[in-house]
Amino acid sequence: MTIRLEAVTKLFPGVARPAVDALDLTIEKGQVCVLIGPSGCGKTTTMRMVNRLIEPTSGRIIVGDRDVTKADPVELRRHIGYVIQQIGLFPHMTIAQNVATVPKLLGWDAARIKARSEEMLDLVGLDPKLYLSRYPRHLSGGQRQRVGVARALAADPPVMLMDEPFGAVDPIVRGRLQEEFLGILKRLSKTVILVTHDIDEAIHMGDVVAIMRDGKLVQYDTPDRLLAAPANDFVADFVGADRALRRLSLVRAADAVEPGGASDGFSLPGSLSMRSVLSALLAEGREAATILGEDDQPLGRITLAAIRARGAGTALS
Amino acid sequence: MAGWIAANPQIFVVALQNHLWLSGIALVAVLLIALPLGLVLTRQRGLANAAIAIVNILRTVPSLALLVIMLPLLGTGFLPSVVALTLYGLPALLLNNYTGLTQVDAEIVEAARGQGFSDRQVMTQIEIPLALPVIFAGIRTAAVQIVSAATLAAFIGGGGLGELITAGMANFNFPQLVAGAVAVAVLALAVEVGFAALERLLTRQLRMGAA
Repeated sequence: MTIRLEAVTKLFPGVARPAVDALDLTIEKGQVCVLIGPSGCGKTTTMRMVNRLIEPTSGRIIVGDRDVTKADPVELRRHIGYVIQQIGLFPHMTIAQNVATVPKLLGWDAARIKARSEEMLDLVGLDPKLYLSRYPRHLSGGQRQRVGVARALAADPPVMLMDEPFGAVDPIVRGRLQEEFLGILKRLSKTVILVTHDIDEAIHMGDVVAIMRDGKLVQYDTPDRLLAAPANDFVADFVGADRALRRLSLVRAADAVEPGGASDGFSLPGSLSMRSVLSALLAEGREAATILGEDDQPLGRITLAAIRARGAGTALS
Repeated sequence: MAGWIAANPQIFVVALQNHLWLSGIALVAVLLIALPLGLVLTRQRGLANAAIAIVNILRTVPSLALLVIMLPLLGTGFLPSVVALTLYGLPALLLNNYTGLTQVDAEIVEAARGQGFSDRQVMTQIEIPLALPVIFAGIRTAAVQIVSAATLAAFIGGGGLGELITAGMANFNFPQLVAGAVAVAVLALAVEVGFAALERLLTRQLRMGAA
């Protein structure tokens, strides 16, 4: 489902500057849109207006073909998945009851709820037999976050809102969860708004990234465009001085080969990112590497010169 | 003391029954007032501050004074005693009820609203179950306070075990006095222990998972 924000403004009482200022934003069906910016930029407020946990002061928000500002908020929220930072599992309910929250609110019958809960736990990589009857406090942070996502997906909402969904898990678990959740969201072709303050997460998870500042959109682009052509100093600062490297990490070696092979027979797997290839070439003191496919057959080569050419054009536009 | 009870079973049983009626009715009245009022106060924070100020004043008034204040207002007897005991037990439950409900993690309430719980469902399925241990502790405190204070109802003709004590003092009947005093102490202890057991049972059933 497409999400469209039209001139959305939020003015909190007693605050002179609007938290969100005449924001226009369109998120295509099946896209993951990451909202990012310094704290106070309005990213969380923007997201929470979509399921009307915050009421916009003016403007329209259209999800699918429905103007959410005219919908019943309680009913609306049952059809929008919601994952929050501190996970917000209900401590007095079992994992089964937590996952069944929205199906139960929607009045599904018990057999359907049970089957769905098991399916959801399987989906997020938790064994239903082991976990359904446990309580949240028996689970690790990463496991709780998996349950949080299972709960948000249970009623199969077309739209998901995720507010710093990896904020409560440690960095080692975070990377794996990002990978898995992105796979799930893509497979189910959910339209997602994800709020984060972590630029690496934004680049990794987003099809499009909206950089916000003072309630306004500063740049709305694909991660590659954002890194290649930051709109101004603020964005360049925000994506970091190592944006050329970050951009290389977006590309798989297998997708960037040119015909030929390394003269010295040095080879690397095609599943590596360009960034890793660069690192390996520097570490080994080589000029080029033969890139191998999954069957270990050479796909072509990547040279330092080619990487340099790719990294160029990352300057301020 | 046991000898006095054996010799006057009728008087003792009537006093005990009266005591239980006084306390029981006052406790039910406290529940009926404090439970809904606590819920209302969490939705009306402005009102809550005023209510808590009043309740805190109420809490500092000694139980005997409260009973005596009832004299000019409602006269003597059973009803004024029940009213005084209700006022006496109210603060403990109202404060616990309010605190318990307001201490429920805001993130959890937020998550519930975000999943599509209505205001009413947030209250009945999230806030009340999570506040229950604190609310129940308030019920226990109120019950023990009421049972103990009901002893003083004898001063305004409300009956109860306090009558054994006042009569014992007036007639220099020491065994009767002790019988009344010990009975009140045992009753208060029994209420404390009984409610504590009930509390454990209930909380275990309702929120096994909570830490």
